[in-house]
Amino acid sequence: MNKLLLLGDEAVAQAALDAGISGVYAYPGTPSTEITEYIQSSDKAQKENIHRAWSANEKTAMEAAMGMSFAGKRSMVCMKHVGVNVAADPFMNSAISGIVGGLVFVAADDPSMHSSQNEQDSRFYGRFAMIPVLEPSNQQEAYDMAYQAFELSEKLGFPVMLRITTRLAHSRSGVIRREERAQNELHFSDDPRQFVLLPVNARQRYKRLLAAQQDMQAISEASSFNTFLPGKDMSKGIIACGIAYNYLMENFQDGCPYPVLKIGQYPLPKEAVAQLLESCDQLVVLEEGYPLVEEMIGGLLNVGNKVTGRLSGILPRDGELNPDIVAAAFGLKTTKLYEKPEVVMPRPPALCQGCGHRDMYDALNAAIADYGERAKVFGDIGCYTLGYLPPFRALHACLDMGASITMAKGAADAGLEYAVAVIGDSTFTHSGMTSLLDAVYENTPITVIISDNEVAAMTGGQDSPGSGRLEAICAGLGVEPEHIRSLLPLKKNHDEMVRVIKEEINYPGVSVIIPRRACIHTLKRKKTASNEN
Amino acid sequence: MKIDIILAGVGGQGILSIAAVIGEAALNQGLFMKQSEVHGMSQRGGDVQSNLRISDQAIYSDLIPTGKADLVLALEPMEALRYLSFLSVDGWLVSNSVPYVNIPNYPEEEKLQESISGFQRKVILDVDSIAREAGSVRAANMVLLGAASPFLQLDYSGLEQAVRHIFGRKGETVVELNLKALSMGKAIAEQVLKP
Ligand SMILES: Cc1ncc(C[n+]2csc(CCOP(=O)(O)OP(=O)(O)O)c2C)c(N)n1
Ligand code: SF4
Repeated sequence: MNKLLLLGDEAVAQAALDAGISGVYAYPGTPSTEITEYIQSSDKAQKENIHRAWSANEKTAMEAAMGMSFAGKRSMVCMKHVGVNVAADPFMNSAISGIVGGLVFVAADDPSMHSSQNEQDSRFYGRFAMIPVLEPSNQQEAYDMAYQAFELSEKLGFPVMLRITTRLAHSRSGVIRREERAQNELHFSDDPRQFVLLPVNARQRYKRLLAAQQDMQAISEASSFNTFLPGKDMSKGIIACGIAYNYLMENFQDGCPYPVLKIGQYPLPKEAVAQLLESCDQLVVLEEGYPLVEEMIGGLLNVGNKVTGRLSGILPRDGELNPDIVAAAFGLKTTKLYEKPEVVMPRPPALCQGCGHRDMYDALNAAIADYGERAKVFGDIGCYTLGYLPPFRALHACLDMGASITMAKGAADAGLEYAVAVIGDSTFTHSGMTSLLDAVYENTPITVIISDNEVAAMTGGQDSPGSGRLEAICAGLGVEPEHIRSLLPLKKNHDEMVRVIKEEINYPGVSVIIPRRACIHTLKRKKTASNEN
Repeated sequence: MKIDIILAGVGGQGILSIAAVIGEAALNQGLFMKQSEVHGMSQRGGDVQSNLRISDQAIYSDLIPTGKADLVLALEPMEALRYLSFLSVDGWLVSNSVPYVNIPNYPEEEKLQESISGFQRKVILDVDSIAREAGSVRAANMVLLGAASPFLQLDYSGLEQAVRHIFGRKGETVVELNLKALSMGKAIAEQVLKP
């Protein structure tokens, strides 16, 4: 078969299509977004009506995928690492209930925080839920693992996590496909108690999960994704997880002198690790993310410091790995002939010229200019987070999706006079609605600005499920209709916007201001796309 | 055979269309390739780069190590300089000469020129003007690619074929325009390379 040139994300998507999924459920988030987008633009998905619409957030995505699995069909859930926190409740419980149709949970981690607020390592979640985790080192493995993960999930009766990282997700390489498999027929569990996690059932299901650990372990020991490469020099033994393997081999093009255990499947293959530990003077653990494996093997005390890696300090504790960092861990020299000249300035991202968020911030800054420390603005996650940077310097907080409204509420509860939340339309429906309800319930004096550009722009302009309904949602949640104010954010409307914002921040209750203008970047992109068709 | 390229520019300039043409030409020659891209936040007018690796052997790392790049190919001069530390002993710098100023502390033109002129193996050209001469500024990327073509170790006809394929659905005029832009860029590089 011909090689396809695919991003890691696209390889995962193609594998899921070939493995016969009936649906993908996801909320966009870098670096996971392109998985779902690939399926959305696939002819096969359209022809076979494979579910591919965006979900409101990661939790709803995971739950819907569980529903599809309940009905016997294969489903895939995709999200970025912080999305796993949002989906954590159904995710943890899916390991208790188990699945019927194969369910693959793709977690895309972002070490070095290229587009994220932390670099948490999803392998911990896999271990926490006690389910198998697969971690590819290249695009072909991403394909093969995703394809096989569905079989593994059905064989064991549990969800399987596929953990990828930014570098793999957004790197392209040749991929060979496997045979296409038909979708599952609608069918249900033989056990009517399986999905009813009342304590009486859940205790039984949990015992089943515990008992299955042995099978998962045995499968890992025998897995072709965990391979041993012998080496002559026993002064070091290397454990290379996922993509870290590439950085190792980049430095040893003619073959690694040390024995290497390449890890692609968890739980860790205990026997292979024990053998390596015994036969070598020192273990070097190369892993992208947190020092999970290093800590597991070294334990709390790591007596004799035999296990080294990010924790011991031979590799940096934070940030993404690369060939240079791994070279340094082995004392190999990199040749740097030229330094970056001093004239090179950082070029941070910025709001596009002409973006409606700009007009919103200009008006907001003017409206609160006189209040000084008595006013604070709680930001949220999206393009408008860039309002923190000059020239606006408008934000005092940004924690997680939806937190703008609830943090503003808490600060108002604490006595802050002017608590303003700035949130995007997609983030509002992702997890701002329940926050707003909390404020309405107590009539907390906060002002919420939903800066509506009718898409999730930061992640590439995906549809926003609240489009056209934001006023109705706010009214439905109980915000007084006269304190729901829609605006058109344009320079010429600046004075009117300032006036409205001033009025509402001086109202001692919940108000919502909705400046609405389509994202010009998305408009431009759509125009170019339609010109090309 | 191995060639490691760092493509650099500003989010929105379209460095990835250059990578697409090189990548297709390389695959058609039966070579291995890996190409890492920047998606997400930086695309909003920030600095973006792509690591493109081509080889007749399997490639491990998606990222090019420091001091190993054969070519830095940039649509913007300050962005070209950002990746100098990646260039190898015989590495070349091929860059657009026209600054893209979207930050308040962008270096003064003179200082920028000084930095660039200190570097020997380079092809610096005004891709926009040349593209305009070829028929449209929209072909600027192909001018730059043309200027890089002597360093790519790929058949020039393979690049032409990839251009034909990639721009094919936009019609014959667009294909011809881009081929012309490609050859004009190539001519300039060949001029520089003349002993
Ligand atoms: C839990 C979680 N899921 C997903 C993301 C990724 N993400 C960041 S911004 C964004 C879209 C925001 O859209 P919107 O609020 O409408 O703002 P815009 O970018 O359109 O201005 C998404 C999906 C995230 N940071 N956290
Ligand atoms: S992509 Fe859209 S929302 Fe984001 S900064 Fe640009 S115009 Fe504004």
